[in-house]
Amino acid sequence: MVFTVKVYLLLFVTLFASLANYGFSLYEDQVGLMDWRQQYLGKAKHALFHSSKSGRKRVVVSTEENVIASLDLRHGEIFWRHVLGPNDSIDGIEFVLGKYVVSLSSEGNFLRAWNLPDGQMVWESFLQGTNPSKSLLLVPKSLKANQETVILVFGSSCLHAVSSLDGEVIWKIDLTENSVEIQKIIQHHESDTIYAVGFSSPTQFDQFQINVKSGELVKHHTATFSGGFSGELVSVSDDVLVTLDATKSNLVIINLRNGEIGILQTPIAHLIDELSGLIEIVISKLSGLFAVKVDSRLTLVRVKGEGELEVVDKIHSQATLSDALLVSEGQHAAALVQHEGSHVRLTVKLIDNWSSNFIDENIVIDGHRGTVQKFFLHSYIRKDRSHGFRALLVMEDHSLLLVQQGEVVWSREDGLASIVNVVTSELPVEKKGVSIAKVEHNLIEWLQGHLLKLKGTLMIASPEDVAAIQNMRLKSSDKSKMSRDHNGFRKLLIVLTKSGKLFALHSGDGRIVWSRLLQPSHKSEACAPRWLNIYQWQDPHHRAMDENPSVLVVGRCGQSMDGPGLLSFVDTYTGREISSSSQIHSVLQVIPLPFTDSTEQRLHILIDAQSRAHLYPQTSEAISILQSEFSNVYWYSVEADSGVIKGHSLKRNCIDVVDDYCFESKDVWSIILPSETEKITATAERKLNEVVHTQAKVVADQDVMYKYISKNLLFLATVAPKSSGEIGTTTPEDSWLVVYVIDIVNGRILHRMTHHGSTGPVHAVFSENWVVYHYFNLKAHRYEMSVVEIYDQSRADNIDVWKLIIGKHNLTSPISSYSRPEILAKSQSYFFTHSVKAISVTSTSKGITSKQLLIGTINDQILALDKRYLDPRRSINPTQAEKEEGVIPLTDSLPIIPQTYATHALQVEGLRGVVTIPAKLESTTLAFAYGVDLFFTRITPSRTYDSLTEDFSYALLLITIVALVIAIFATWVFSERKELQDKWK
Amino acid sequence: MGFRCGFIFCLLICSSVAFQSDELLVDDDEFEGTQQIQYTDAAQTRSTPPPSRTTSTRRRFSDPDLDSKVQFQLEHSFGDSDFAPAGLFTARLKTSSHGGQSLTKLRFSRNVFTEEDRKKFTALLQEDGFYSVRLTTNVLKSQEPGESYVYSSVKARCLPRGELDEHFVIHMDGVNILAVNYGTPGACPFPRQLRLPSKWSFNSLTFLKSGEQAPRTPIFADDILVGETGEGEGVKPPEKSFWAKYWMYLIPLGLIVMNAITQAMNMAEEQVGGQAAGQGQAQPQQSAAAIQRGPGSSTVRRR
Repeated sequence: MVFTVKVYLLLFVTLFASLANYGFSLYEDQVGLMDWRQQYLGKAKHALFHSSKSGRKRVVVSTEENVIASLDLRHGEIFWRHVLGPNDSIDGIEFVLGKYVVSLSSEGNFLRAWNLPDGQMVWESFLQGTNPSKSLLLVPKSLKANQETVILVFGSSCLHAVSSLDGEVIWKIDLTENSVEIQKIIQHHESDTIYAVGFSSPTQFDQFQINVKSGELVKHHTATFSGGFSGELVSVSDDVLVTLDATKSNLVIINLRNGEIGILQTPIAHLIDELSGLIEIVISKLSGLFAVKVDSRLTLVRVKGEGELEVVDKIHSQATLSDALLVSEGQHAAALVQHEGSHVRLTVKLIDNWSSNFIDENIVIDGHRGTVQKFFLHSYIRKDRSHGFRALLVMEDHSLLLVQQGEVVWSREDGLASIVNVVTSELPVEKKGVSIAKVEHNLIEWLQGHLLKLKGTLMIASPEDVAAIQNMRLKSSDKSKMSRDHNGFRKLLIVLTKSGKLFALHSGDGRIVWSRLLQPSHKSEACAPRWLNIYQWQDPHHRAMDENPSVLVVGRCGQSMDGPGLLSFVDTYTGREISSSSQIHSVLQVIPLPFTDSTEQRLHILIDAQSRAHLYPQTSEAISILQSEFSNVYWYSVEADSGVIKGHSLKRNCIDVVDDYCFESKDVWSIILPSETEKITATAERKLNEVVHTQAKVVADQDVMYKYISKNLLFLATVAPKSSGEIGTTTPEDSWLVVYVIDIVNGRILHRMTHHGSTGPVHAVFSENWVVYHYFNLKAHRYEMSVVEIYDQSRADNIDVWKLIIGKHNLTSPISSYSRPEILAKSQSYFFTHSVKAISVTSTSKGITSKQLLIGTINDQILALDKRYLDPRRSINPTQAEKEEGVIPLTDSLPIIPQTYATHALQVEGLRGVVTIPAKLESTTLAFAYGVDLFFTRITPSRTYDSLTEDFSYALLLITIVALVIAIFATWVFSERKELQDKWK
Repeated sequence: MGFRCGFIFCLLICSSVAFQSDELLVDDDEFEGTQQIQYTDAAQTRSTPPPSRTTSTRRRFSDPDLDSKVQFQLEHSFGDSDFAPAGLFTARLKTSSHGGQSLTKLRFSRNVFTEEDRKKFTALLQEDGFYSVRLTTNVLKSQEPGESYVYSSVKARCLPRGELDEHFVIHMDGVNILAVNYGTPGACPFPRQLRLPSKWSFNSLTFLKSGEQAPRTPIFADDILVGETGEGEGVKPPEKSFWAKYWMYLIPLGLIVMNAITQAMNMAEEQVGGQAAGQGQAQPQQSAAAIQRGPGSSTVRRR
């Protein structure tokens, strides 16, 4: 009997193993059922409008997320898009030949031409320079049409002329020798002469005159100005430049007429009465005009003749200027955007006739977008042959809006391309009698739907029916309801973006439920808010069901670490800001504690720059909860630059500050890594809310191993300081990778291991009792992944069943970090083909389901790799018992099975992180990946063993049951009749 | 595993001060062949109150060879008090053939608590405070000013267990001390009871630990070759046995066969019974049904 049971177990395991390999794979018609992707661009830096007479109108934008994209001007959809690498920031874009768009990136090193209709790359040139410098892109206007245009690129102190047809470098001038910092390249009156102008010292102005055709340096003029230069050099027209002098109180007009340099200076006080605050010249190309910004007020100044200045306009409210745009022959127009109450006022004026408005429009922009940061103007010919204007606005929340005729034509939430962090929130419980879903099925629709499904199952559906079924499945109103579902699939994803805007995305279809731009309550110029992270603040379960859940957003003023902190508490159902506090103590660390008060508010400790701890929420109840656990609160800090890791605990109330919620800390332990041999490169710790089902792990031969499960473990990886740069800069002998597992309560190093000849970048994930990390092996020239599993040896002798029965075991004895741990660390390494952008692990509500690693690969996809492949107990020839247990025979590299890509055919461009959220259903994990794109899906590492699939035909089941019942009755009647007949025989 | 063996092997015990132990001092030579630089050196010191407060450093080494001797101080603090000397570590600096330096043969002598120390410690026990120790990070430059320290703390209540039991693990990287882990050798669960030590003497256990070497990634040349030709070699399910492949056919087949056999037996019985009356015929039929049901149900249960 025992034998047969074993056989069946083996059968089950082998069957399961063969299935589990394809556990995640999807069928083609399942795509889009439970996953969605959204594509974004990021905050726009440059925009070029392209409107050919035929063909579609488009706008090409380049963004701060290193994206270059072509958008439909009518709807804002993406025609094509390219995400350049993370270090390949775009310096400028320009049209050439009317069919290509060229982009200059990586500080003037890469020039690429993209085909405008389809986004194909036409050519790419690598321009090598000598010294790093400003990078500039100029496409000179040629007098003759259809002539091959030359692209002028200044980067790394070299001026290159590049052919626009094939990207060949025609000529190159090295401007390093004169040590001139080139600020501008100007084409002289559409001729063959260009000027490269800049400063070689704080007081010397340099001008190079260069012939575009030959690449010949014609002249080099210099002029000295005793007042010194400061700030940007702004070109007013082809031969007039404006800058400020060193004291920032005089305007310096540089005149380049007739090849001579004329320098004039005018005190700003002559033009502007009030001089207070920051003075700068606005970098906008306004032909004939320039703008001076004094304390956020703009003054427009016209340059006439030989440097005479005339104030044209003074704008008192906060305003943004566009570049000048050629409207008709010799007529330039520029636009101004001002905020007036709840709406935005767009005024377009002719440069020559500034006093009258060409167009004056008021645009109502729905709230929570902040101010206009930048805008791009474009003109078109209206039906009545007059000039119309449209503008592309880049808002404070990084969203992109196209306005025309006083209306917002389309808007894109491109702030979502730069997500900082994500938390989730449950949806409200559905109340009886109140239907939250918009569309509820009636019975006939329900039946019709199931009939269609039945047809599909029986393969008698026509192609139209199949399409209808697919459509029905995709648009199931069930998944986008605004209420909690039984399986916990529907959630709100609360995301914080770099711009400080909070979005609530519905996990069903990814739509934005609400959004809110966070702003400090009294906005002052001194505080430039930077929002750092988002935390779960209140997550009502059972004690406070009526409360709405809320999140805590922590920010900081300015860039420095000790700037005053900002806190904001936001309701996750409505997006309402419950309360906020600004200009509080500095915030270096935020530590959520595992305690909640009676309203389910989580206790948080905020550490300031003086390493004092501040308790939130600031209630007496919170203090009493903390007091009872006062001596059990520990935290750690890592100083990556100096290689010091310190542990802290609470000591007593602050002495010098009268504040009940302020505590002083005590340094409890320290680890100092020698700075000449080790440099911290990565850390990882367990998720606070991770659930572990069981501590025991039954291994082959009915043996039990006990996992060392402690929430207080920190994984730390260090590399040799020499090899902390790019891969390939050091030899294997000079590089090593050291990994640590540290107990953060008492600083105990539980495990320390050196990988010789290996280097970063290190990506790690810590879960249960194991760490998986990814790095590069220089000796083998391949990427590697290693696993470290930690087992508790002090409980290892509990495997005796008799001891358990008699009760002589220590399983219930409390675990303390102060006890000496007896641990066993097992490790194994494998090769892995891809480099990795992010690594994460699935998490389920009870922790029973086996785990999968979610690996964000270099091609922006998410690979779901079974954790069983990263098991230190794998061996080349596993014993029969181990095979039964599911130990996979050891291979030197980890398999990449194409079917297990969680993103199937899609890419999550610019992938930066993967967040996993447990659903209520034990088998399912919700995974949310973010980068420039957003992607959400459900992952079932061991298949959906606890539920029927969504397309399960209940009607078929019902029909079968009914048919069976009928059959039973029929046969019963028949048999009765037969029996009767038999008895009468 | 290698670590564990080394650990047991190197667990060296030298007891009281007067007694010079004949401990087996493990040299690194043992490991040199295997490219392992990992080693563990441990010493247990029982510092029963020596007659004087002078540190009882062992200076008698068996062979005064090229290896130089280093000393570094242990300092302790009670709660928030400043650090004060509490003991002395002595070790031998070993220079390996390829230039790396490391410490071996660590010895430790603990200063005895003075009356003042005892008072402070008792106060610490009362308030459940931290008893901290610290070591300099670089043992060669320990006398220079501006040195940095690694420190470690333990709740004072964890230490007294009759005597004061302490346990040091010093993590080394060459001659740098990365960290010192200080604690009790036993357990110290949370509601820590207030216990005063019966004897004010330290029972010290010290370990010197340097990191392990990561196991090398196995390279299977043939596997790589196979992997290149066939795709996804590692994921093929293991070859199934005959039974595993065809069990779903074999079980019904077995049932049918058994059914047939019982039927055949019934037939035989029927023939034996001849044309008996209808009353008698019912009996064997029922039993046949029972037999028929028997194996079928058991199979289901087993499954």
